[in-house]
Amino acid sequence: MVDARAASFTKRSIKTSMKDAGLRIVLSMVDLTTLEGKDSAEKVRSLCRKAITPDINDLTLPHVAAVCVYPELVTTAKEALAGSGVRVASVATGFPSGQFPIDVRLEDTRRAVEAGADEIDMVISRGSFLAGDRGKVYDEIASIKEACGDAHLKVILETGELETYDLVRAASDLAIHAGADFIKTSTGKVSPAATMSVTLVMLEAIRDHYLSTGVRIGMKPAGGISKAKLSLHYLVMVKETLGDEWLDPGLFRFGASSLTNDLLMQLAKLREGRYPAKHDFSDA
Amino acid sequence: MSEQHPENGSGEDPRIMAQDTADTSITAGRMGRAGRPRYELTFGDAWDYAPAPERVPVAIKERYGHFINGKFTSAKEVFSTINPATEKKLALVAQGSAREVGSAVKAARDALRGWTRIGGKERGKYIYRIARRLQERAREFAVLETMDGGKPIKESRDVDIPLAAQYFFYYAGWADKLRYAVPGRDPRALGVCAQVIPWNFPLMMLSWKIAPALACGNTVVLKPAETTPLTALLFAEVCQEVELPAGVVNIVTGDGRTGAALVGHKDIDKIAFTGSTGVGKKLAAIAAERGIPATLELGGKSPNIIFDDASIDQAIEGIIQGIYFNQGHVCCAGSRLFVQEGIAGEVQERLKIRLNSLRVGDPLDKNTDVGAINSRMQLKKIEEYLKIGRGEGALLYESNGSMLPKKGYFCRPSFFTGVQQSHRIAQEEIFGPVLAVQTFRTPEEAISRANNTPYGLAAGVWTDKGSKIFEVATKLKAGVVWCNTYNKFDATSPFGGYKESGFGREGGMHGIRAYVRV
Repeated sequence: MVDARAASFTKRSIKTSMKDAGLRIVLSMVDLTTLEGKDSAEKVRSLCRKAITPDINDLTLPHVAAVCVYPELVTTAKEALAGSGVRVASVATGFPSGQFPIDVRLEDTRRAVEAGADEIDMVISRGSFLAGDRGKVYDEIASIKEACGDAHLKVILETGELETYDLVRAASDLAIHAGADFIKTSTGKVSPAATMSVTLVMLEAIRDHYLSTGVRIGMKPAGGISKAKLSLHYLVMVKETLGDEWLDPGLFRFGASSLTNDLLMQLAKLREGRYPAKHDFSDA
Repeated sequence: MSEQHPENGSGEDPRIMAQDTADTSITAGRMGRAGRPRYELTFGDAWDYAPAPERVPVAIKERYGHFINGKFTSAKEVFSTINPATEKKLALVAQGSAREVGSAVKAARDALRGWTRIGGKERGKYIYRIARRLQERAREFAVLETMDGGKPIKESRDVDIPLAAQYFFYYAGWADKLRYAVPGRDPRALGVCAQVIPWNFPLMMLSWKIAPALACGNTVVLKPAETTPLTALLFAEVCQEVELPAGVVNIVTGDGRTGAALVGHKDIDKIAFTGSTGVGKKLAAIAAERGIPATLELGGKSPNIIFDDASIDQAIEGIIQGIYFNQGHVCCAGSRLFVQEGIAGEVQERLKIRLNSLRVGDPLDKNTDVGAINSRMQLKKIEEYLKIGRGEGALLYESNGSMLPKKGYFCRPSFFTGVQQSHRIAQEEIFGPVLAVQTFRTPEEAISRANNTPYGLAAGVWTDKGSKIFEVATKLKAGVVWCNTYNKFDATSPFGGYKESGFGREGGMHGIRAYVRV
C-alpha cells in the first residue's frame, strides 16, 4: 500500500498558474549540490551565482535554499553567498560511507561549522544500524548534533542500503529522537537514492512526531530527482501528507544538481510559450 | 484558510493554536493522545491544484432506442438519464416494454445456434476485438461513465474501463479452452442469458456478465441500470463496429419493470443479476420455479478488521480504499471497520486526517477523489442513514476538506464511532461513503462479530503477522477475503458471496461454470 499511495500522488494534475507556483516553490527548496572529488573553487563560485540568480532572464524567481558542498569548499561558498540569503550546507561525518571513528567524524563536523556552514548533512553508520546497534547510532547523532551548535543538522539515512520500509521508518524515528532537524534519504552515491515511497514513509514519521510533540522536523529527499515533473509529484505528496506548513524551504528540501535546469526550462516554457535550448542555461 | 478545521471551528489559524499548545509542555502532547490531538496539520490552499477537467469530447445522442438484433430500435416510451453532478439531462432513453423485451429474447434465441456453432476459436476472435475496441475508445467510455454515473474520472479512467477491457481479454482466451475449465466434461452453452446489472460499475458489470457468457457460446439480453444506461449503449456501438453477429448481444434499457419482464420471460435459460438482496431473493424464487440456473451477486456489509500489529498507515489506506472508493457505491465496500481496542484512538485520528485530504467535487476533474452520489434517491437514502446513526447514539465525523458543489448530488465522506453491533448502521447496507467503526479486544470477538451479519460478500484483514492472516481468513464467512489490501479486482480471480450476498462466482476459471451446462 505504500507504493500504491505514493503512486496516487503522481495522478494529480498540476496545470497553468499552479504549475508555475509549484515550480517556484520547488526552486526555492533546492539544495544545489556538488559533491565530486574534482570539485574546484571555481565550480563552487559558479554554482553560488546560480543559486542566487537561477535564471538571469527572470529575476522574479526565488533563490534556491542552499548550496551543498564538501567541507573543504565551505569557505569559498560562504564568501560567494554572503548576504544573499542562500545558506551553506556541508556534508560531514565521513561522507558518504560514515565508516570512520567517531572522533574523526566529530572533528569533520566542527571544522565545517567553524568554516561557516549553516547546515550539516551527516551520514549515519549504516553498519551499526543494520547490525542492530541502534543505541550507538543514536549516540552518534546526538553527539554530532551537539557539535553542530547553531547549525541545522540533516541526518542522511541512506535508505538505499536499509532496503525495507520498516527499517527506513525505524531509522527515521531514531534520527528524529536523537536530535535531527531534518531527515534525508540519501547521499546520492548509492542506488537507489530517493524514491517517492521511501520519502512517504519518512514523511509519516515526521507527521507522527509532530502530532505527538508539536515539533516540526524537515525532510530532504536527495538523489535521482532530476525532472521538474517528478519534483511536483513530491510537492503533492508533501501537501497531502504534512499540509501547508511543510511547503516551505524551512521544512522541505530537494537535494539535487540537475533538477534546477529542468525547473528553469519548464518555467521558461510557461513564461514564453516555448522551450528554450538546453545551452541557454549554465551547467553550474 | 478557507477550510474549517474539525477541532477548531472558530476559524483561527491553527498554526497559532499549535504553537500555543506546544508551549504548555511536551509531555502534555503524549497525555493528549487518548483524547484529541493537540497539534493539527493544516491542509489548506497554500498551494492548490487548478481545475483540471477532462476534456475528451463524447458524442451523446439526444434519444436512444434499444439494441436488438444488431440494430438500434426507435424509442417509443422514453425517460431521461441525467448527470448526477450537474442534475442536467444527458439523453432520453427508451423504457423497455414486455414486447420489446420479447423481441430481444427472440433475437438472442435466433442467434444462439450460429454463435454456438462457429466454435470457441471464432468466438474468441470476436471477444478479443471487443476488448481491443474498448481499449481504443477507453477515454470516451471513461468520460461517459463519469458523466452518467458521477464517479470520479480518475476511477473510471484507471479502474472501471481498463478492468472491463481486461475481462473481455481474459474470457476471450477461455473461449477455445472450455474443456480445460471443466476437466473430463464436455461443457455446452446454456442458451439465452438474461442479465441485469447495477449502476455502481456500469461498464465493468457489463463486462463481468457478457464476456464469460459469450465465451461459453451463450447469447445475451442485458438490461443496464435505469440511471446509468449510456455506456452500455456505447458498448452496443462497439458490438456493431466489431461486426458481432446480430442478436448475440441485445441491450434493453428501462427501469425495474423492464427487468421484471426480462427475468420473467419464458424463453430464457439463465438469470444473472447483480444488485440488491431484495430483488435477488425474488429472482432466486423465479429461477427455482423455472428450474433454470441463476448467479446472484447481492448486497454486503463487509468487515475490515485491523489488528494492533498491523501497519497503521497502510491500514488507513485500505480503509479509505475500502469505503470511499466510488463514493462507497461498492457491494463489497468495507463498510464495517473493526479496530483492536489498543489502537482505536490512533486509527481514528489518522483516519480523520486522511479523510480531510480527500477532494470531493466535480467528477470530471482529474484531481477529484470522491465524486457525485449516483442519484437523488440514493443521496436521500444515505442522508436518512446518517440521521438514523445519529439517532442511535453513534458519533458522526464528516470530512471537512472540500466545499461541496451547490448543484448535484454530493455527500461528505464520513464515519461513525461508538457504533454498536445492534445499530442499524452496523447491520444494513448504506451503499454510500459512510463507515461504521467498532472496536474489539480478541481475535475471536472480531471474527464472531464480523460474521454476525446476514451478508458474506467480502472481508479485509490487516496484520503484519502471517499466521494470524491464515487463522482469521479461514474463519471469516465471506466470498473474498483481502489481506493487507482491499477492493482489488482482477479478471483471473473469482468473486461472489456467501449467505444473503448471493451465490455463484464471476471471474476466473470459476466464472466459466456459471455459463455452461456440463
